Amino acid sequence: MEELANLMHGFSVALQPFNIGVMFLGIVLGVLIGVLPGLGGANGVAILLPLTFTMSPTSAIIMLSCIYWGALFGGAITSILFNIPGEPWSVATTFDGHPMAQKGKAGEALTAAFTSSFVGALFAIVMITLIAPLVAAFALKFGPAEQFSVYFLAFCSFVGMSKEPPFKTIAAMFIGFALAAVGLDSITGQLRLTFGTETLLTGFNFLIAVIGLFGIGEILLSIEEGLKFRGGKAGMNPKVVLQTWAELPRYWATSLRSCIIGCWMGISPAGATPASFMSYGIARRASKRGNNFGKGEIEGVVAPETAAHAAGTSALLPMLSLGVPGSPTAAVLLGGLLIWGLQPGPLLFVEQKEFVWGLIASMYISNVVGLIVVLTCVPLFAAILRIPFSIIAPVILVICAIGAYTVHNSTFDIVLMLVFGIIGYVMKKCDYPLAPMVLAIVLGDKAEENFRQSLLASQGSLDIFWSNGLVGSIMALGLIALFWPIFNVLWARMRPARAAT
Amino acid sequence: MSDDSHGAARSGPGQRSAELGVAVVMALFALLVIYGSIQAGIGWGAEGPKAGFFPFYVGIAILIASAVNFVRARGESSSELFADWGQLRQVLAVVVPTAVYVAVIPWIGLYVASLILIAFFMKRLGNYGWHQIAAIAIGLPLVAFVVFERWFLVPLPKGPIEAWLGF
Repeated sequence: MEELANLMHGFSVALQPFNIGVMFLGIVLGVLIGVLPGLGGANGVAILLPLTFTMSPTSAIIMLSCIYWGALFGGAITSILFNIPGEPWSVATTFDGHPMAQKGKAGEALTAAFTSSFVGALFAIVMITLIAPLVAAFALKFGPAEQFSVYFLAFCSFVGMSKEPPFKTIAAMFIGFALAAVGLDSITGQLRLTFGTETLLTGFNFLIAVIGLFGIGEILLSIEEGLKFRGGKAGMNPKVVLQTWAELPRYWATSLRSCIIGCWMGISPAGATPASFMSYGIARRASKRGNNFGKGEIEGVVAPETAAHAAGTSALLPMLSLGVPGSPTAAVLLGGLLIWGLQPGPLLFVEQKEFVWGLIASMYISNVVGLIVVLTCVPLFAAILRIPFSIIAPVILVICAIGAYTVHNSTFDIVLMLVFGIIGYVMKKCDYPLAPMVLAIVLGDKAEENFRQSLLASQGSLDIFWSNGLVGSIMALGLIALFWPIFNVLWARMRPARAAT
Repeated sequence: MSDDSHGAARSGPGQRSAELGVAVVMALFALLVIYGSIQAGIGWGAEGPKAGFFPFYVGIAILIASAVNFVRARGESSSELFADWGQLRQVLAVVVPTAVYVAVIPWIGLYVASLILIAFFMKRLGNYGWHQIAAIAIGLPLVAFVVFERWFLVPLPKGPIEAWLGF
């Protein structure tokens, strides 16, 4: 049990007073970021990354990962109380969380969300502890075709699982791919889609898109709705918490399934957002009370929150063991590793044991810390949302501008951010989903690279995506996810027909 | 792209017009992507598929999807509003100052621009007294200055006023 000894050593690192201190700081900042509209895990971590330059890498990663956990927790607060997903992965939480709050059951919904988050994260951390050292070996077998099939599955699930019309999802997603393609082609080194302009040479950075689409777009949407958040009260007290805890074990099956979906989606670079949607969709189909989903069903909160946290947490697994980030926020953390002078990848487990196991151990502790912080401080965080919009809006605009600027130290990026904000506003109003677009911008280059390398290996034949059991079954799953809406329609048509006979 | 003449008779642009407009804009974007891809080459080269290969099909996919969305939007009822003029005015009340803010940052720096932006919003939307406005509009950029320039050592865009103050 060498891992156990490593983990114990990790705990001794993570439990140093300074590290506990940065853990609290990170969680509180993270929840704040998660609560404020327009600030998210990825851009929050990006904005705060410079704060860690003077720390040791271990303390730095503990703090930044805690910001991430905090943002994951915080997203649920705004989703449930204000029907505003603070984070893309908490969109699915609004479906049932907000109706619960409207019925006066905000406390139950929040407790369920936080507890599910905790369970999902814990499941993912245990998984990381057990298999992170092993996973590198397995996934090293992934060729470009397998890698592409994983992306394929992720994007197909977006089309099949999101509540927006499938062709709008497809349009949004492929626009993301197109934006990702702008600039230098990583394989041939050729410029493309720049149309002779210098500003487009480096392409579109996903952070700018994230800050614009989610940050500025969100502010425009809320201002249109009348400058204030219409929110439920956070009726939290120990009694509600205990009652909800007593109720939750009933949903163990949903919870376990969501953990597994979350971990899988988090490891493959699909991330927390599709995991939460997928988990919600499957829970709705599997549940006996599926018809009540969307009207305030506690199971509809448990499913997406568990999956989102499991995915968000397990997104660190490929980042640590392979150097491949599983989510936009993990991508930012990866950037941090490089800045601190660490080379992400399997060698971390050999050369930087203290760093890796310190981080893993800190994940156990910080999720307990996080659960305590959010359960006790919800009213405080909710109060932040009651600061008048005329103050909070310009402040968030300024923070977004600073965040956009610091990505490349370029004022042009601030302009782009605003453009993305307006695009985000119009798209959201017209029912186009933004998450697949952002994910396509992040993963576009990698997906394309794997696709082209696969085709290169097969001399242009698409058969390579069916050439072995692994890649074939992932592709098949992707196709099922893609055509899920059609299956659904067929199923709905068959049912009344059968009822009539 | 959302403002469409069809909606002018009612109290705001229609949702249907907006959706048609968005579909058209997306289709135009798709054509641009396809054009750019063809420029870069969409066939096979020495290193396999050329640079334009992938974006070309991406462009085709956007084109097809926007066509479907366009046809779908035409079938929608035209009574629903995208937003009424009052709402759009509110949105513009944020977009226009933000656009000005973004435009002047390279000239006067981020700190002074932020000060003006916050003050403007507080006066215009919140109608606060000058004392409160001064406290927040000056205080927050100062905090940002200390946090970013001093603690994080991240320089943000500065203008003539900071230069005059010796930074």
